[in-house]
Parts: sequence; C-alpha cells; structure tokens
Amino acid sequence: MQNNTTRKSALLTMALLALLFAAGCAKKQNTNIAPPLHTPENTLKENVEYAVDVYDPLEPMNRRIYTFNYYFDKFLFLPVVNTYEFIMPDYVEDRVSNFVDNIFEFNNFTNNLLQLKFRSTAITLGRFLVNSTIGVAGLWDPATGMGMIRQTEDFGQTLGHYGVGNGPYIVLPILGPSNLRDTTGLVTDAVAFGAAGPPAWVDDDDTTLIFNGVAAVDKRHRQSFRYYSTGSPFEYEMIRMLYSSKREIEIMK
Amino acid sequence: MLNQLLRLFAVCVCLLLCCSLANAYDYPFANRYVATVVGTPAEFAEVLPADIPTKIGKIKIFPDRKVPGVLWNMDELYYSYQRQEGPAPLIFLVAGTGASFKSSKMQMMQRAFYNAGFNVVSLSSPTHPNFIVAASTSSVPGDLQEDSADLYNVMKAVWGKLQDKMNVTEFYLTGYSLGAAQSAFIAKLDEQEKAFNFKKVLMINPPVSLYNSVEILDNLLVDNIPGGLDHFNEFYQKVVKAFGETYAHGDKVEFNDQFLYEAYKYKKPQSDEPLEALIGVSFRISSQNMVFTSDVMTKAGYVVSRDIELGRHDHITPYLKVLGRLTFLDYFEGIFMPHFKALDPSITESAMIQQLSMRSIENYLRTSPKIGMIHNEDDIILQPGEIDYLRDVLGSRATIYPHGGHCGNMAYPENVNAMVGFFQSTQKN
Repeated sequence: MQNNTTRKSALLTMALLALLFAAGCAKKQNTNIAPPLHTPENTLKENVEYAVDVYDPLEPMNRRIYTFNYYFDKFLFLPVVNTYEFIMPDYVEDRVSNFVDNIFEFNNFTNNLLQLKFRSTAITLGRFLVNSTIGVAGLWDPATGMGMIRQTEDFGQTLGHYGVGNGPYIVLPILGPSNLRDTTGLVTDAVAFGAAGPPAWVDDDDTTLIFNGVAAVDKRHRQSFRYYSTGSPFEYEMIRMLYSSKREIEIMK
Repeated sequence: MLNQLLRLFAVCVCLLLCCSLANAYDYPFANRYVATVVGTPAEFAEVLPADIPTKIGKIKIFPDRKVPGVLWNMDELYYSYQRQEGPAPLIFLVAGTGASFKSSKMQMMQRAFYNAGFNVVSLSSPTHPNFIVAASTSSVPGDLQEDSADLYNVMKAVWGKLQDKMNVTEFYLTGYSLGAAQSAFIAKLDEQEKAFNFKKVLMINPPVSLYNSVEILDNLLVDNIPGGLDHFNEFYQKVVKAFGETYAHGDKVEFNDQFLYEAYKYKKPQSDEPLEALIGVSFRISSQNMVFTSDVMTKAGYVVSRDIELGRHDHITPYLKVLGRLTFLDYFEGIFMPHFKALDPSITESAMIQQLSMRSIENYLRTSPKIGMIHNEDDIILQPGEIDYLRDVLGSRATIYPHGGHCGNMAYPENVNAMVGFFQSTQKN
C-alpha cells in the first residue's frame, strides 16, 4: 500500500516535469535586434571564470519549477503552515520540531557512520537514546544541554565527502534548490529511512503517512526562505550560486 | 607617607577618569571596515523585542504602467507598518541604497520605534527594484530631488490607506544612508506641500555628495580583489572556503545573522582588503539589481537590447555577468545623464553632480531646526573633509560618534537611544 502511494506520486511528479519541460522548449527566437551599449562580447573576457556560472543544463525547466514552487507555496503549502502556526502555541511547535528531528537522527547516524566519523556517530546515537527516553520520545532535547550537539549529515554530503561532484543544478518540485548529487542523496536517504529506519520499526502505514505530513509542515515552518522575496531580478542566479556554496560549506564539515 | 599615598591615589583616580572619558564611546570595532561589515553583533546590541505586530501592505501607484515579464512580481509596491493601539506619533522610515523595507537595519529601527510607542511605516529605497518598477516616476533612480518627490508621493498614498486604522498625533521622518539624504529633501518638499508637517527629521549616516560616495564604493571592489575583477571567482571561492572552515570548526556555528561575525572572529583578516572588497561586492550587487531594472523599464538599451522583451523564464545570467563589470559611474554615463539630457538638453554633467549633493540644500539644512543628524567620524562613504562640512552645517544638531563606519553602530545601545531620543525629546516638550 505504501509502495503504491509512492509510485503514484512519483508518476504524478514525472508527468508534471514532462509538462514543464515541454513548455520550456516552446520558445520563439527574435532576429534582427539592435545590440545594447554593453554586450557580453565587448565586456566579458574569455577564459575568465564567473562565480555565478553554475552548471545548469536544465535551466529552462528549473526556472519554471522555481515559479511552480512559488505558487505551490503561496496557495497550498504556506497557508497550511500558517494555519498550523496559528493553531499551535509556539511551545507545541518546538516540541513537534524536536520530535521530528529525533526521528530523523536515523539519517544522521547512517551518514556519519558512512563517512567514518565515529565520534559524531556516537554522539548521534547518544542523542537518540537520551532524547527518546529522558526527552520523552524526543519531544524535548536534553542531549544538547549535556553537550551532545546535533551532527547533521545527509547522503548528499556523504557523496560529496567521497569526492562526488555537484552534477547539474536541479530545482525540485516543492522541495526547491538541489543538484543531481543531492537529489540522489535525498532519494537514498528516504529509501533507507523507509526500509530500515523508524517507519520500518513501527511498520504501520497510517502512522508513517501522518508523520511524513507533520514533518513536511514542520520543516517548512522552520524554513524562512520565501520564493521571490529577495527583491532581486536575479534571484534565480543568486540562489543557484548560494545553494552550491552552502552545500560546499556543509560538506567541508 | 600618607600624603604620598593620597597623591598616588589621586593620580590613579585622574587616570581612570581620563581613560573612561577617552573611551566614553564603547562600540567594539574601531576599524571602520570591520564596523561596516560586521555591524553590531547581538551580544553588543540594544535588546529590543523580537516579535512586533508587523503588517505588510502593497499599493499600486501607477495603475496603467505595463511591467515586462522578467519583472512580473514587482508591479505593486510593498511596504510594512506597525500600529499602536491608542493615539501616537507616526514615523516614516526610508531604507538605504538597494535596501527594502525589511532589511535588517530597517527591522532593527522598526523594533526600536515601535517599542518606544510610535506607529511605524517602512518604505524601500527608490534604488530598490520594487520601487523602480512600481513607484518611480522615471524609473531612472539616483536623482535626489525626483526620488524624494516619489517617496513623498508614496507616503501620501500609503497614509491614505492607513489613516483610518491609526490614531496619529504628529509625523516624524528618518532614514539611513541614502535614505537619510532623501529624508532631508522630503522634509524640504513638505515645507511647501505640508501634507505631513514633519515635526522632526533625523538623518542617519547620510552621504554629502552622491557622486563622491558612489565613486568610493565602486573603487572598494575594483581596488581590493587580488589580481583585479578577472579574479573575482578566486576571491569568492576563498570567502566560501573561509566560511566553510568557520562552520566546520565549531559545533554551535549556524547560518544566521551572526555568521559573518563568527567568520570574522575565527579568521581575523590580517588586512582591510578582504573587508573592503566585501563592501564593494555588496554595493555592486545592489547596482546590478538597480541598473538592470532601470534598463528594462526604460528600454535604455544599456545591457539589454531595446528590441528584446524579456519574459519571466528567460536566461538572463549574461546580463548579470556584464553588469558585474560595470560601475555605478557607467550607469551615470549610460542611462542617467542621457535620460536627464533628453528632458533638458542644457544640463551639464557637473551641474548634475552638484544637484546630487546635500550642498544643494545647504541653506535649508543650516536653518531648519527640525533636522538632526547621527553620523560617524570614520564613515567610509565620506571623502576627507565631508564630515567636517556636515558638522559645520548642522552644528549642535549633529551627533557624531568617533567610530562605527557606515551604519555599523546603528544597533548599539547608545545609538539606538540617540535615535529614538531625538524624537522623544519633542514629545515631552
């Protein structure tokens, strides 16, 4: 049953992507145009590298998904998040965040282990044990107070740690900026989480479904990023550049 | 013996007193570039309420204006306001170059003024893309007179929408950086139009000559990237690496407002160059946004061909790269002057440069008791002598701190108190 839903949503996503891609191809060209005062030809030198150049062969599609995400946020995701924030006292929101974080320690654990970071692996295990017991099923986070700081790692970072490059930039529907390496990581983490993590321990589809929903709302609630809120006409380029740099920084850790 | 001890004691007391007088202003960064980049980290800043009831409004100033696809999300002007329950004064805040109504400095000011009992309305700078598209008459930003008139129009329009919601006793106005210069011009305009009859107007770190300040900021980038702009990518990668090391070294370092300060503490740059370059980068990014928006709106044919109508999903990265290589002064020559020459062929470049200066309203600044100023002795956007000029013009209405760089000390407790206190002193009288 769970497999079935996953397959259905995967199909739906594929169909959506195909549609957006088709829209991206239908593009008319304008010939006979007067050149502006400053052109790339008379301003830019060859063999100079530009920080804003990120490998982005899917750009036409990515830009459309970026816009799609803006509308998805505006008309569906953020209203749900806002309602959640309106109903829930801040105190309860924080408990939910802690609970979600605690469940996802599973991925931190596997990825720290895969990167052979044994100290971080031990800390993660310690956090999970302390927070699940003293912290009442992860609702509170006494581990941080004991000096066990959260050691976030995902499979994209693990791949990066072993030298896998970014690959093409990808804007994922709903999830936002990513690249081929990090998307691979995301899928791998999700599969591992479902197959061997807490959902497999619980083995109850309804519980997993509810948890996934709560986790999605909680993550958006904690993410202050809003599409088209920088006020820059070059937001797409800026986010593309900063995403790549941010991941580079996270992989260095 | 006792006498000697007493004398020693007296000397000590004197020394202590002198020291405390010399260090009377304790803002932590004496280096002007460090101050400008790092600002006031939370541990040194005035403690202000984090959550204030902020509402975002939007308004259409030119209902018939057509907006090209690439700027599709900017056709309405966004602003924010905080409302007091009972009768209270209303203060307008004007953002600095390229900044929006919700920049971190604006948010700090909103919290300070709301906390002190003011209604607050915050407006983006006329150099911000949203303002250029939605509220600028010419969509060619940079003219102090015209931009200030546009701001004044926006204030009247916004007040038209808010006046039923607020019980306002009197009006105040302030702004930082370019917004400070515009505040003075707006105040002068208001003397004739009297839409608000501003009781008091405060300029925080204003420039004297826009042309001079812009030239300084342009050069900060060009002069401080090792090897020149061709090597910008190497500089950028180095910064990313430095940030990465900062992030990796401590368990508790997170990406937030404090991160720049953490990076500064961890890497402690050996010279001013990287900091100067960072200020230059930040200014160049603002310029890129501003110039591109103006070019597209006015079809100036500056970096975008006049014959192209850019759509919402077009590949515009090449324009960004070209604009990365152009200075603000290139914009002055390529869009700004041609626009104003078309309106008035007799105007010369030097006459225009004079017009873009506080000197053009010197008499008003000298004689108007309602205008006050907070500034820093070591502000990086001023040329030598310009701070003395401002001190001379504003006299006792100027508060000038020994350091703080450009707006770096705005959130420092003493500065926040001076900023809010400037307006509160009239309320009590």
